[in-house]
Amino acid sequence: MKTILNIVIKEFLQLKRDPILLRLVFLAPILQLLLFGYAANMDLNTVHTAIWDQDRTLDSRDLIERFQESGYFEIDRYADNYKQITNDINKGKVLCAIIIPHDFEKDIKTNHPAPLQAIFDGSDGNKTSIALGYIQGIAVNYANNILLKSSDKTGRKISIAGSIQPEIRVWYNPDLKTRVFMVPSIMGLILLITTIILMSMAIVKEREIGTLEQLIVTPIKPYQLILGKLIPFVILGFVDILLVQTVMVFWFGIAIRGSFFFLLFASFLFVLSTLGIGLFLSTISKTQQQAMMVAQFGIMMPFIYLSGFAFPIENMPKFFQYITYLIPLRYYITILRAVILKGAPFSDLIPETLILLIMGVLILFASARRFKKRLS
Amino acid sequence: MSLSSQKGNMNSIEVKNLTKKFGSFTAVDGISFNVKEGEIFGFLGANGAGKSTAIRILCGIIEPTSGDAIVGGYSVMNEPDKVKLNIGYMSQKFSLYNDLTVEENINFFGGVYGLIKNKLEDRKKWVLKVAYLEGKEKLLTKDLPGGIKQRLALAIAVIHEPKIVFLDEPTGGVDPISRRNFWELINELSHKGITVFVTTHYLDEAEYCNSITLINAGKIIASGTSKELKTKYLTNTMLEVECDRVVEALDIFSKQDWVEETSIFGNYIHISVEDENSARSLAEKTLKENNIKIIRMDKIVPTLEDVFIYLLEKDTKKNVK
Repeated sequence: MKTILNIVIKEFLQLKRDPILLRLVFLAPILQLLLFGYAANMDLNTVHTAIWDQDRTLDSRDLIERFQESGYFEIDRYADNYKQITNDINKGKVLCAIIIPHDFEKDIKTNHPAPLQAIFDGSDGNKTSIALGYIQGIAVNYANNILLKSSDKTGRKISIAGSIQPEIRVWYNPDLKTRVFMVPSIMGLILLITTIILMSMAIVKEREIGTLEQLIVTPIKPYQLILGKLIPFVILGFVDILLVQTVMVFWFGIAIRGSFFFLLFASFLFVLSTLGIGLFLSTISKTQQQAMMVAQFGIMMPFIYLSGFAFPIENMPKFFQYITYLIPLRYYITILRAVILKGAPFSDLIPETLILLIMGVLILFASARRFKKRLS
Repeated sequence: MSLSSQKGNMNSIEVKNLTKKFGSFTAVDGISFNVKEGEIFGFLGANGAGKSTAIRILCGIIEPTSGDAIVGGYSVMNEPDKVKLNIGYMSQKFSLYNDLTVEENINFFGGVYGLIKNKLEDRKKWVLKVAYLEGKEKLLTKDLPGGIKQRLALAIAVIHEPKIVFLDEPTGGVDPISRRNFWELINELSHKGITVFVTTHYLDEAEYCNSITLINAGKIIASGTSKELKTKYLTNTMLEVECDRVVEALDIFSKQDWVEETSIFGNYIHISVEDENSARSLAEKTLKENNIKIIRMDKIVPTLEDVFIYLLEKDTKKNVK
């Protein structure tokens, strides 16, 4: 126990002397929070729009007003020919163009269907479909109002109740903000960095400068060495977790709906796997650069892409979906999102928790064995 | 019971038929030797000769394939942990933490060996004194001069007062004066009764050793004191020739069948010959034919380097056959 503490103290002293690493430990979480909290935003708040009002009537202006009032559309140009519209779309000045045809008001007054043309820059499919949704919403709303008004005028009750009106309630993330979805899972990334990259580099560094050899000839037992090396990075990881959660709750206003302690417990289970992977990396890398590169491309990339962190697993081809089962981050992120956003209790997350536990123990033990073998 | 009374009587290390195989490669091939308590034991050999493997076995890091060694009274086969407690080790790589201060290094390694409070403070004082670092314990280790670092590393390697210390090429990359000081420290340790097991590439350092063992291709090919090695193994005569146009002369000598070895030492040439008298006349005759003037030609005592080159080449030729 004393020997382990001795190594832990030494490790912290060394960290203290390494300003770059120290900054990395505390700035990386903040930076990632800012990146994923603000920059990585898939919400579409402003649709740059061009409008060609061929009708120029009360009704057409009324419709344009609806677009403006919705808050989503910013009308950058009132065009009067196709050439202008084509130009704006090609140059990327506007995402969509709305064209109100000549007989718009006349059609409405005569109870004919009034067509409305919308042209999109479809190069970003995701954005386009969101904007399309907005336009359809506004158009349907407008049409309903016309029906209501006309019923008032004629005195006949034209009910729109007959048509199906979905009443949509979005739970857990009512504003559908990307941030709410992203920020909780950042903890997974932060733990990846502190435990895998930093820890494997710390061990490889000792091998590089020759102190590992010195430690092997001392009475330090391999398990003491492993624990002494792991514990500091677990502590750092948890400090980072608390940091991220504080910012998440108090800055981004994303409350933790579920049990905070279960969250910490799940984080601990996840860390077992990542420490194991870090330990494994340290046995296959000869230099710190090597450890860094392997961690970046061999671990971080597949973890980020295949864990559901960035892309929905359901959209992946079957083959990749199977691979995701092997990635511990997948289960951790499921737990993070469920506990933080939905307030899910432990009983809903038993399979994920068990898998994390089993993976963690297996990976850590296998790596520790390999590490022990490599020592001699 | 004082240590000095035991010196020369008891074996500190006893190696019996030690063999280590890595797959089909035999790194250490059935070596046996003893190291007496308190002596400085030089373990020499080319890179890859099996030196490092042997040291690693003796330090309890790796298990031998067969055979055994008793180090400080404990078997490396059965009690490697006890062996580790009773030895110190310093490797050719600098073995302290550069990013820790002098004191933090002492505390860490002292702690590793279970030194606490008073004992640790006592030993800390001793380490600082030996490394000339009294009052400088807050300095970062990386800022120390090379020679001082080396002394600090050695002092820390024996912080727990082991009976045996292993030094694996401890003076690599250190200036000559620091090297000399370092060897004085090694001598001090030896006088205190600590057995020093040292490997080195510098043959002038080997002269400081009480006993030298030469290993090649996993086998011991010679052992004894420096004097014994020079007289026992090298039966040839060494002639030192001072003459004009040294390079040309060396070239001529190396083509003669009566010359076994040639080597150049500054402005002189060393030639190894079987019979002194015939060689003298042959040398004079040959050089005269080439218009090279001999200034001086003397029989000399061979250096350790002469002996080792001779022994290694002989052994390598034998192995090839």
